[in-house]
Amino acid sequence: MIENQKFQHSFNYAYIDEYTKKEIRRKTLKAVCIPGYQVPYSSPEMPISRGWGTGGLHVTLSLVGPNDVLKVIDQGSDASVNACNLRAFIKEMSNCAVTFDTAEATLIQTRHRVPEEILTEKQILVLQVPQPEVLRSVERHEAKTRVMHGEADYAKIWVTLYEAYVRSGGLRSGAGHPIMVNGRYVATPSPIPSWDVPNLNMARCLYLFGAGREKRIHCIPPFTRVEPLEFEDIRFKVEEFLGVKCSASGQDKAFMDQIYADDFSSSYVINDSNFLDKLRKGPRPPQKLFTNPA
Amino acid sequence: MGYVAVKGGQDAIENANRLVDYFRWKGRTEPIKLEQARTQMRLAVDRAMGEGSLYAPEHAALALLQVEGDSFEAAFHLRAYRATLERRYEAEILDTRKMHVHRRISSTFRDIPGGQILGPTRDYSFRLLNPALLNASLGSIEKFISDLRDEIDPNKLHEMTTYKKVIDIFLKEGLMSTQARPGEDRRVFDVTREAIKFPVPRSAVLQMLARADTGSLMCMAYSTMRGFGMSHGTVGELRVGEVPVRVKDKRGRLRCIGKIKVSEAEMVGGSGRNQPEAGGRATRKTKAPRYSIGYGLCFGQNETKAICMGMVESALRNPNPDNPANNQEFVLYHTEVIEGYGFTNHLKLPHYVTFQAGMEGARRNARRNAEQEGKPVPVGAGGGEVNND
Repeated sequence: MIENQKFQHSFNYAYIDEYTKKEIRRKTLKAVCIPGYQVPYSSPEMPISRGWGTGGLHVTLSLVGPNDVLKVIDQGSDASVNACNLRAFIKEMSNCAVTFDTAEATLIQTRHRVPEEILTEKQILVLQVPQPEVLRSVERHEAKTRVMHGEADYAKIWVTLYEAYVRSGGLRSGAGHPIMVNGRYVATPSPIPSWDVPNLNMARCLYLFGAGREKRIHCIPPFTRVEPLEFEDIRFKVEEFLGVKCSASGQDKAFMDQIYADDFSSSYVINDSNFLDKLRKGPRPPQKLFTNPA
Repeated sequence: MGYVAVKGGQDAIENANRLVDYFRWKGRTEPIKLEQARTQMRLAVDRAMGEGSLYAPEHAALALLQVEGDSFEAAFHLRAYRATLERRYEAEILDTRKMHVHRRISSTFRDIPGGQILGPTRDYSFRLLNPALLNASLGSIEKFISDLRDEIDPNKLHEMTTYKKVIDIFLKEGLMSTQARPGEDRRVFDVTREAIKFPVPRSAVLQMLARADTGSLMCMAYSTMRGFGMSHGTVGELRVGEVPVRVKDKRGRLRCIGKIKVSEAEMVGGSGRNQPEAGGRATRKTKAPRYSIGYGLCFGQNETKAICMGMVESALRNPNPDNPANNQEFVLYHTEVIEGYGFTNHLKLPHYVTFQAGMEGARRNARRNAEQEGKPVPVGAGGGEVNND
């Protein structure tokens, strides 16, 4: 019969063993040194599913210490079930403090949103990435896309932007607009809405992108040029939310969720849950407000 | 939105976990003992160990019990546990010639050195539901075992417990070569420590296939035979048995640390550089070896997986963009069980921001077109672009 002690395994600090954490940190440093370049890394299995934020979790767990203050958001919300789950796991494994307050956090893991509030030099934003390869939609083979990045051969992605314009009249609709990082690598910002893309440019914080299933890390270091791909005459645009106001706060300058009631009528509410909480309490927190190029 | 909803999320998770337990226990049946699961769900344990990439029958049995028999989840639990373990030693290369054989067959020859041994298999049993199993008891099991023992004459037992390999016949006749192909990458890669890059060395291919999902591998192997490939591999040799695992201690002495049960398939196929089916016309003047081996090895008794792995491995060494199974990227990325399972299930996560961004884009395009052309444009939900999450 099995001895009980076999299953009484105490986990290493922050779950992953030290050698692997060291490896992930070294790959992250490489990603910082080559902005926008996808660095392959080991990507050990986590006790949560692939595609549910394992890449973000690797990066977060390799960085987190007992003095960190952690915030986890999913689609803009601290309340989302998966955000609760990840936050509980990281706290359990690292004994760090947790918060919902964007300004208070030292380490923020997020899925598909950049917080509205301006992030500072003291903060790291870890973005979960489902598909790190921005060229995958135009070239299905990994071996070829790596060569294309090496040669800065981005013709195909420009053509798709042009085709989108011809078909629909706009550059592209949807999340994850491709970005040029530091004038060299075209990368994905992860599927954040276009609203968030201008916030990546010359930001004060460090953006780390972890793609667990695809085993890649890429990075936008602080004060790095990030330009959405656009043509001289056809410009990139963020979501407009024309004539829309938040039904909870009355404000209009933020990314909005459309909420449907039982009678199919719809209203809008600000997506970033902590930002909304702060708006309702008092003065507007510092927010980088951008205007669309005409 | 704020704190209340956060509380709701955590409560929901806790309640979901309790409901899972409720549905497990609501029949109020006797809990299955770990030992029962390990011994009587032997093949499920073997499959979980193979896909979970961890040889630990008791842990695998616990995983299976915990997840109510879901093979994906069981493998997943083992992989997650495995990631927390420190690697202390590297084993010597397994020598399957030293296998204590439970079963070995070859379909390339009628008789093979050492003989065909059917061993424990359901290959030739009728797939009829057997209600007699419901009457099994410890007493009937005891009787079955003692009857079986009585039938064995200890004087007639074979002395030989290891066998020569069928491929030795090919090697001896010069139909197969142990030499690497020109340009073959023979580095020993470790897929658990490094992300693969293409072209992938053979060692990494074999590691990934050995950890791959059994069903996905079968799909690939079947497709090569049915019309999306050029091969119909032949089982050169299929073995199931126990192999000693040896590691070097600090003084450099080899120590046996135990035995593991494995299934090994050596699938005989064309060598790729000189296909035997090609009308007998050699492409080279020298007598090039005409056959090659597609190699399959996995934990436990999982013959389907070992055979399919051998066929797929063989197919991967003859790249062909027309067939999924001959394409390294297609096979290696998409047979990976934990990644495929996780990502297909992540569709259950909320996607409202991503979706909202698409809707806004679609509405904007519709507005713009209506303004420019003065006529309405049909708009699909989600926008014109592929939703890339």
